[in-house]
Amino acid sequence: MATTAVPGALPVTTAEDEVHIERHGVWKRFRRHKLAIAGAIVLCVIALIAVFAKFLAPADPNYIDQVHWQGYPLAPNVAGHLLGTDENGRDLLSRLMFGAQISLTVAIFAVLMEIVIGTTLGAISGYYGGYVDYWIMRLTDVFLSIPLLPLLLVLTAIVSATSNKAALSFGVIVVIIGATSWPGTARLVRGSFLSLREKEFAEAARALGNKDGRIIFRHLLPNAVAPIIVQGTLDVANVIVLESTLSFLGFGIQPPTASWGNMLANAEANMSIAPWVAIFPGLCILITVLSVNYLGDGLRDALDPNMR
Amino acid sequence: MFNYVIRRSIQAIPLLFLISAILFFILSKAPGGPLTPYLQNPHITAADIARLKHNLGLDRPLYVQYLSWLGNVLRGDLGYSMSNSEPVVQAILERLPATLLLMGTSIGFSLLIGVAFGIFAAVKPYSIQDYLITTFAFFGQSMPVFWLALMVQLAFAVYGVTAFGYHFALPSAGISSSDTFDLGDRVQHLLLPMLVLSFLNIATWSRFTRSSMLEVIKTDYMRTATAKGLSPLTVILRHGLKNALIPVVTIVALSAPALVAGAVVTETIFAWPGMGRLFINALGQFDFALLMGYLVLISFLVVLFNLLADVAYAWLDPRVKYD
Repeated sequence: MATTAVPGALPVTTAEDEVHIERHGVWKRFRRHKLAIAGAIVLCVIALIAVFAKFLAPADPNYIDQVHWQGYPLAPNVAGHLLGTDENGRDLLSRLMFGAQISLTVAIFAVLMEIVIGTTLGAISGYYGGYVDYWIMRLTDVFLSIPLLPLLLVLTAIVSATSNKAALSFGVIVVIIGATSWPGTARLVRGSFLSLREKEFAEAARALGNKDGRIIFRHLLPNAVAPIIVQGTLDVANVIVLESTLSFLGFGIQPPTASWGNMLANAEANMSIAPWVAIFPGLCILITVLSVNYLGDGLRDALDPNMR
Repeated sequence: MFNYVIRRSIQAIPLLFLISAILFFILSKAPGGPLTPYLQNPHITAADIARLKHNLGLDRPLYVQYLSWLGNVLRGDLGYSMSNSEPVVQAILERLPATLLLMGTSIGFSLLIGVAFGIFAAVKPYSIQDYLITTFAFFGQSMPVFWLALMVQLAFAVYGVTAFGYHFALPSAGISSSDTFDLGDRVQHLLLPMLVLSFLNIATWSRFTRSSMLEVIKTDYMRTATAKGLSPLTVILRHGLKNALIPVVTIVALSAPALVAGAVVTETIFAWPGMGRLFINALGQFDFALLMGYLVLISFLVVLFNLLADVAYAWLDPRVKYD
C-alpha cells in the first residue's frame, strides 16, 4: 500500500527490497492493533451478509406477514421472526440484512467519489500554487464553513422538489454526499503535495521533461496515498452516519427500500410497545461505524506512525 | 495583537460573501426558487406563478436577485418566511434563545467532562482508566446522534429509572411543561437533549485533551515543577493543564459545524423549539427565505468560531507570533 520506493528517480538497486521491508512493517504494525483486526473481521462479516442477503435473509424485506401481524409490531422470536417485525409486519432481520447493502454501498461509492474529487483538486492546488491554489482553497473554505448535514438536507430537498421524493434514489444520495464532502481530502492532499513538489525526485521528474499530469499522478500521488487511505476509511464511518441520519429524517433513502436510517424513522412512535424496532437498526449502525473507526485507527498507526 | 484581529476579520469578509453567493445559487436550483411551495398547489395556475415571478423580481438574472437579497440582508432584512408567515429575522430570533441554551450548556458540560476524562487518561497512559476512557471516546465518535437520542428517550422517558424506592422519568419533548417559569422543570427538560448533544464532543475533546496532555507531561518545565517538590495535583492542574488546553481551544472551535448538525437532529427528536427544528420544518415546504437565512447564519457562526479560535490561540500561546 504505502510504497516509499522513489518513483521517477534513477533506478535504485535496493528499491525492490525496500518496498518489501516497508510492506512488512505496515502489516506488522497493523497486526499489533488488535481492535483494528477485530474491526476488519466484523466488517468482513457484515459485508458478506450484505452481499448474500438474498440467500441469507429469512424473508423478503418487503413481505408483510399477514398471517400473524395484527397492526402492531411482532415481538422477537414470535411466529418465526427472530428479531420480530416492524410496524408494518415486515421481518426485521431481513430488512436489516438488506439495509446493510444500502449503508455499505452508499458509503463506499460516496467516499470513492469524494476521494477522486478531493485528491484531484488538492493535487492541482498543491502542485501549481498561486491563483489556482488560492481559488480552490477558498472553495474548500466555503464548503468547510457550511455545516454538512443542513447542506445535504437542503440539497436532497431540492431534488425531491424538482420531481418527487421517489427521485431520492441510491445514486442521487451518493452523488450529493460525494460532491459535498471532499474538502477535507482536498486540504490533506494539498498539504502532502506542497512538501512533495519540493523533493528532489519531483525535480528530477520535471528535469526529465515529464508532463505535469504525469508528474502529479505517477510520481507525486503514490507518495501521498497513505493519509488518503486513512482519511477515506474514517470518512466511510462518517458517511454511514450521514446517510442514516438523512434517511431517518426522511430526506435520504425512501421507503419501502430498507436502510438502517429509515427503519428508525417510525420507530419513535411505537417505542413504548416495540422497543426492538428502535434498538436493532441503531445497533447495526453503531457496530459497523465502530468497526470502521477502529480499522481506520489501525491503518493510521500502521501506515503512518508519525501522523498522530 | 489588535492588528492581527482586524486583519483576520477582514479576511473573513470575502469568505462570507462567497458562502452566501454559493448558497443562493444552490437554493435557486430548486424548480421554482422561492416559489417552490406554490408549484404543488393545484389552486395556483401557471399564469399566477408567472405573475408572482415578475412581481417578486424572480425573472431577473440570478446575480441581480442575489445582489438584491444581499442588499436587504445588509439592511437587516432576511426576507419573509412563507412557512411561518412572519419575517425570517423574527422567526430566527424567537428560536435563537432555545438553541443557544442547548448549545451553551452542552459546550460547558462537554468541556468539563471531556477535559476531566482527558486528564484522567493522560496521567496514567495505557492503564485501565486510560483504556476505558479511550474506548468510551471511540463509542462516542461512532454513535449516531439520532439513535442515541431515541435510546435515551427509551431508557429515561419511556421506562424511567427506579432507585431508592422512587421512580424517576424525565420529559422527552419540549422545553417546559407550562408557560410559567419553573427552574426545576426547565432543567428536567434540558437534561436529556443536552446530554445527547454533548456525547460526541465529550468523546472528541477527551481524546484531544489526552494527547495534548501527554505532550505537555513530557516537557522540561513539568519536570522542573515536579523537582521543585510541588504536589502531583498542582503540577498537572496548574502547570500542565494551562498549556495542554491551548490546542483544545482549536478543536472546540472546529466542532462548531458538528454541533450545529447535532442540534438539528437533537431538537427534532426532543421537539426542542430551537433553530434546528425551525430549519427542518422549513425544509418540508421549501421555505426559501428561511432556509437561506438559516444556512447563512450558521455558516457565519462557524466562520466566527474559527476566527475566535485563531485569536484565542495567538492570545493564549505566547510562542505563536501573530504578525
